[in-house]
Amino acid sequence: MKNSLFLFLAILLHFSVKSQECLLNQAPKKDLVQDYANILSDEEEEYLRQKLTAFNDTTSTQILVVTVTDLCGYDKSEFTYTLGEKWGVGQKGKNNGIVMMVKPKEIDGRGDAFIAPGYGLEGVLPDAIAKRIVDKDMIPYFKQKEYYYGIHQGVNLIMGFTSGEFSADEYAKTDWASFLIPFALIVVVLLITFLSAAKKAKSYSVGHNIPFWTAFTLINSMGKSHGGSWGSFTSRGGSFGGGGSSFGGFGGGSFGGGGAGGSW
Amino acid sequence: MNKSWIILGVVGLLILFLVFSVVGSYNSMVTKDEAVSGQWSQVENVYQRRADLIPNLVNTVKGYAAHEKETLEGVVNARAKATSTSIDASKLDAEAIKKFTAAQDGLSSALSKLMVVVEKYPDLKANQNFLELQAQLEGTENRITVERQKFNEAAKDYNTFIRKFPRNIWAGMFGFDKKDYFEAAQGSEKVPTVQF
Repeated sequence: MKNSLFLFLAILLHFSVKSQECLLNQAPKKDLVQDYANILSDEEEEYLRQKLTAFNDTTSTQILVVTVTDLCGYDKSEFTYTLGEKWGVGQKGKNNGIVMMVKPKEIDGRGDAFIAPGYGLEGVLPDAIAKRIVDKDMIPYFKQKEYYYGIHQGVNLIMGFTSGEFSADEYAKTDWASFLIPFALIVVVLLITFLSAAKKAKSYSVGHNIPFWTAFTLINSMGKSHGGSWGSFTSRGGSFGGGGSSFGGFGGGSFGGGGAGGSW
Repeated sequence: MNKSWIILGVVGLLILFLVFSVVGSYNSMVTKDEAVSGQWSQVENVYQRRADLIPNLVNTVKGYAAHEKETLEGVVNARAKATSTSIDASKLDAEAIKKFTAAQDGLSSALSKLMVVVEKYPDLKANQNFLELQAQLEGTENRITVERQKFNEAAKDYNTFIRKFPRNIWAGMFGFDKKDYFEAAQGSEKVPTVQF
């Protein structure tokens, strides 16, 4: 009895692991280091995360390091750039995302690594360079099971190649929507107050036989009591500059299939 | 008197509404049509990128495997044929896409033959220049897949838009036709047989 229960649980466990959905079909997690293959220690992960988040804050370039156990039947290249495209790594319009994918050898006897740059970074990180980084600076470490050193080395090189390409200020300048929406709101509110006051003034001017504009100013000077409500607008901006330790999420960058990788 | 004014107003409003709807859908159709043409030029770009890599590749291989003349010539000829086939983006019908794909598929198969031949030359395979060219070629093949897929998505978006009621009426009036898709490469639907 006990045995069969154990067997049942084992089968259940097996299926729950097996049926875990492919990473490509999952919603993106707001994290630049995602170690699904568990090849990095917590400190190593945290160090990489801080480094990549700081790089995102200063350059707006998003480098996602992801280690996986399963490529869902895809080729390593297809898996990597599809993940970047689906999750929207990088900023929209600049397409400055990079996905570094590592699948350790221990899982099925074949290790895979791939670096995929978004459209906007194909110029500074061409396939030949990506190939050289993976083959010469990452795989030699991976072969000795020094996953962290290989990834760290690769991240450093990618940062070197891409740091001059975009800056965070440039990105902030093009972000019109966040500026226009409050502006439009103010205009609408002003318009509504004006119209309601004008309506009152019109009926007042007709009833008391005085000119419209006189009535309008009269009405307005009467209702000064709600003058303090504008102060709430100035309290914006407190959420910025919080030390730069949190990552806000991927920005909707697009991938064109570029990049290179290797196996060991 | 009053009643006829109301009727006139309602009719006027209806006409105005109709005009706005037609103008709106016409403009959206133009936007989507341009998106398809733009995506088509992306497709041509990535194919051109592949063609641009070939002279360098052929020269590198020649240095190590000069007597694979036939294969190399096959690649050069296929490249010439592929680059001479260009399609006008405004006349994208199934025929044109088929012609374009056929020329490019010729180059693809010539290139894969070359890559098989190359396996016999360990010196070449260790050459840094060749390895990087190979990486670029693989990257370009990936780009081709991606851009073709994005072209199909843009065409599907456009087709779905123009075929829905009532826009299908305006689309017919203004001459917006259905776009064709990229089909899978010929022969790729057959499962390859492996013999030992």
